[in-house]
Amino acid sequence: MASEEQISAIKRAKVLMVGAGGIGCELLKTLALSGFQDIHIIDMDTIEVSNLNRQFLFRQSHVGQSKAKASTFTILRFRPKISITPYHANVKESRFNVDFFKEFDVVLNGLDNLDARRHVNRLCLAADVPLVESGTTGFLGQVTVHLKGKTECYECQPKPAPKTYPVCTITSTPSKFIHCIVWAKDLLFAKLFGDKNQENDLNVRSSDTGNSSEHSADVFEYRKDEDIEQYGRRIYDHVFGHNIEVALSNEETWKNRNKPRPIYSKDVLPVKMTEKNGDTEKDCATGDVSVMAFLSLKNPQDIWSLAENSRVFLEALRLFFSKRLKDIGNLTFDKDDQLAVEFVTAAANIRASSFGIPLHSLFEAKGIAGNIVHAVATTNAIIAGLIVIEAIKVLKKDNNNYRMTYCLEHPSRKLLLMPVEPYEPNKSCYVCSETPLSLEVNTHHSKLRDFVEKIVKGKLGMNFPVIMQGASILYEVGEDLEEDMVAIYAANLEKAFSELPSSVISGTVLTVEDLQQEFSCSINIKHREEFDEEKEPDGMVLCGWVEAPVDKDNNKPIGNGESTSNALPSEEKDVEIQEMSGGTETVTGKKRKLSEVDESKKQKKPEKLDVDDEDDELVISDDWESLAKKNRV
Amino acid sequence: MNGEELTEQETALYDRQIRVWGADAQRRLSKSHILVYGMKGTVAEFCKNIVLAGVGSVTLMDDHAVTDSALSANFLILPDENLSHGKTLAEACCDSLKEFNPMVHVSVEKGDISTFGVEFFEKFDAVVISCCSLAKKKLINQKCRKLPKRISFYTVDCRGSCGEIFVDLKNYKYSKKKLEETIECQLEYPSFEDAIAAPWKALPKRVSKLYFGMRVIEQFEDIEGRNAGQTSIADLPGVLKLRKELCETNSVNESQVPDALLERLLIGTSEFPPVCAVIGGILGQEVIKAISGKGDPLKNFFFFDAMDGKGLIEDISKPRHS
Repeated sequence: MASEEQISAIKRAKVLMVGAGGIGCELLKTLALSGFQDIHIIDMDTIEVSNLNRQFLFRQSHVGQSKAKASTFTILRFRPKISITPYHANVKESRFNVDFFKEFDVVLNGLDNLDARRHVNRLCLAADVPLVESGTTGFLGQVTVHLKGKTECYECQPKPAPKTYPVCTITSTPSKFIHCIVWAKDLLFAKLFGDKNQENDLNVRSSDTGNSSEHSADVFEYRKDEDIEQYGRRIYDHVFGHNIEVALSNEETWKNRNKPRPIYSKDVLPVKMTEKNGDTEKDCATGDVSVMAFLSLKNPQDIWSLAENSRVFLEALRLFFSKRLKDIGNLTFDKDDQLAVEFVTAAANIRASSFGIPLHSLFEAKGIAGNIVHAVATTNAIIAGLIVIEAIKVLKKDNNNYRMTYCLEHPSRKLLLMPVEPYEPNKSCYVCSETPLSLEVNTHHSKLRDFVEKIVKGKLGMNFPVIMQGASILYEVGEDLEEDMVAIYAANLEKAFSELPSSVISGTVLTVEDLQQEFSCSINIKHREEFDEEKEPDGMVLCGWVEAPVDKDNNKPIGNGESTSNALPSEEKDVEIQEMSGGTETVTGKKRKLSEVDESKKQKKPEKLDVDDEDDELVISDDWESLAKKNRV
Repeated sequence: MNGEELTEQETALYDRQIRVWGADAQRRLSKSHILVYGMKGTVAEFCKNIVLAGVGSVTLMDDHAVTDSALSANFLILPDENLSHGKTLAEACCDSLKEFNPMVHVSVEKGDISTFGVEFFEKFDAVVISCCSLAKKKLINQKCRKLPKRISFYTVDCRGSCGEIFVDLKNYKYSKKKLEETIECQLEYPSFEDAIAAPWKALPKRVSKLYFGMRVIEQFEDIEGRNAGQTSIADLPGVLKLRKELCETNSVNESQVPDALLERLLIGTSEFPPVCAVIGGILGQEVIKAISGKGDPLKNFFFFDAMDGKGLIEDISKPRHS
């Protein structure tokens, strides 16, 4: 089918693939088959067993190796004459700068996180190189084409914010299993095994009642020579018994809610565990420590009873203290840490049981706690095919025929693959247009550090920011700064806006620039005295920067990343506890990030097209693309 | 289905997809047996997908010798070594597929599929036919339908930027969850022969032009006694003549089957790899759905054209005469 023109455009092209995972493997194969001869691949990841069901360029023997290198090796076996250059590296490294990007005719993304996508978007804009962006979750997928000035950039549309839960839902009034998981993972697990200096809201409720905060401080302390099961039972009784009793004492809370049931270990497990499982020590002398391995709980799909969960809870705690004592104090939850998953599953289930919430299997709990993406090979293959089709159009400069395509699970007007005309650039996009942002801030109280952390890094996604007022530099990050400058910048971080060497007050315009991304934007500063601690926990409000609300409908958002984005039902997505005072407890005005968030869901699927799908006699309107467009907003 | 649990190894390997379709579906997949006939690029894509998904076995049929042109869209065939060993296409593909997933049994069956009796097909849960004549498609479809057991039957073909899938699940029952309740669904599929016998006039007005285009080319090859894909632009006058006849018989306007489309289909004798990936992906998904009983299967044609980028489902059945 390929015309001469097309064949030579493909042969000449130098393409950059970012990501050699689920989409990447399929993409590399299809590029090679299609005649591409000069392919560069960047991927920082190494291969895991759970990749092998779809990342077909990898074998069991590759586990632990670089994805970029292993995929290159496999493809060269069947296309030995083409040139593939792998980089086992993070795309955010400084060597992949604008000059590097300029070498390519097109950049193809098969990424799994928002951060890297934004970074590549900015570099493509700065280098003026077309970008074909993609993502899949389960059966859903999408491909979009981004050309500077012609189509919208990756950041023209708001991205949904990470799902947040009010802290009181997590600490006091859980109603869904996810709430119990968040509690078990981010509060209890963190309290017992994580950094002791971290703030922890585990006892927010019980601290209402005078002396209990003192009591709770002792409870979590492991006393030397204490029997480990006794310690475990004390924790158990405190968090599942005592804390629930305390919560129950607040009548107001339960007026319109089902009351939880306090659970004590002696009621569930009257017999001392060590007497029953005296021989467990030798079972797990080596290798990965796991409770399931010797509690004869073989199937991770099974839902354990309350007694089983309680046994797993106590055993897991015991194993942490007996086998992994050195880790305690610096553990964070990791989905690949079997013992941590077992502990969190058990704790979440016991809590769920207390609150009358259905229990879940370890397999399910692991997926929720670890934000594990749903992924199948077929969707990735389809999406990779569509990426190559768009890439070829880009090379042929077939400007009028670019499409963004959705791969759907259920047909919409008979379409399983739905192409839509790309949208024009958003004129108020702070990334691809020059529109300034504005920041409302209390210039007397807010420090430059808050601005750098919460706004420049947190919201604008910059890695190496330079902050300037006119010609004077207030702050800069870089590898080759003079020592005295580093000291000045460090001092500036602790100063309030108005106290900075060149005072930043209402009306000041700051320029924020990322030298690596070659991206800069202006921010107009507006002083504001007061901020709402609940609604504006940052103590500053950035305007002109849009973040989509968390989706409310049942449409699964289309993830932009095969390997770590996820397609769990929307309430089970990446999670952040948004602290809000939900009653009488005091809260700090602080947002806590609770998980490695990969919130890169784009909600671009035209949603309303399903409505009149009934009758095939009804003709597809030729104008359905514009219909989709209207529906999108 | 119950009683046999997935092994630890299976749970670890298939973790991400079990999260999509569940452990039950995975168990059903691991007990299923698939037959594929015609090992070109699209079928290679399909095979990769179902081998990765973890079906029980895949049986490959294609006795053609490996040639240079076979390499073009088929990533299962490694250059050099296979050519020198004089393997068949099926044999060459078999070796690569085994590597993708050691838990799947991949084997080769030789011989003329037309001469195989129904008992041969009875061993399979799904049969996928590609790159063969109209007569062969009809024949194998009939053999599968004769069996009391339901065998999911598919044909798949890609011509240049276009691809087509036909699905026959006979009488297919499945349940799906809608909100809180589970609904029992039933779909009646026509055979390939009956489906394509549907008068064009009776089809929905905006049915994909690709459907007509594929039928014209298919018939042309049948009449001329060509193998599938054995056409060139030189055949255009003959194809246009056939189009005229078919359109007259069916009393539809010839504009339903545009010249440009027929030209593209005639020239498109080699596969276009991105289209193979798309069609092979959709087909893989459909076979997985039919075996696992999860999800709405498509009924009964799927078309993809890289020119407009649409991936379209068409329900083409002969109207019932009661």
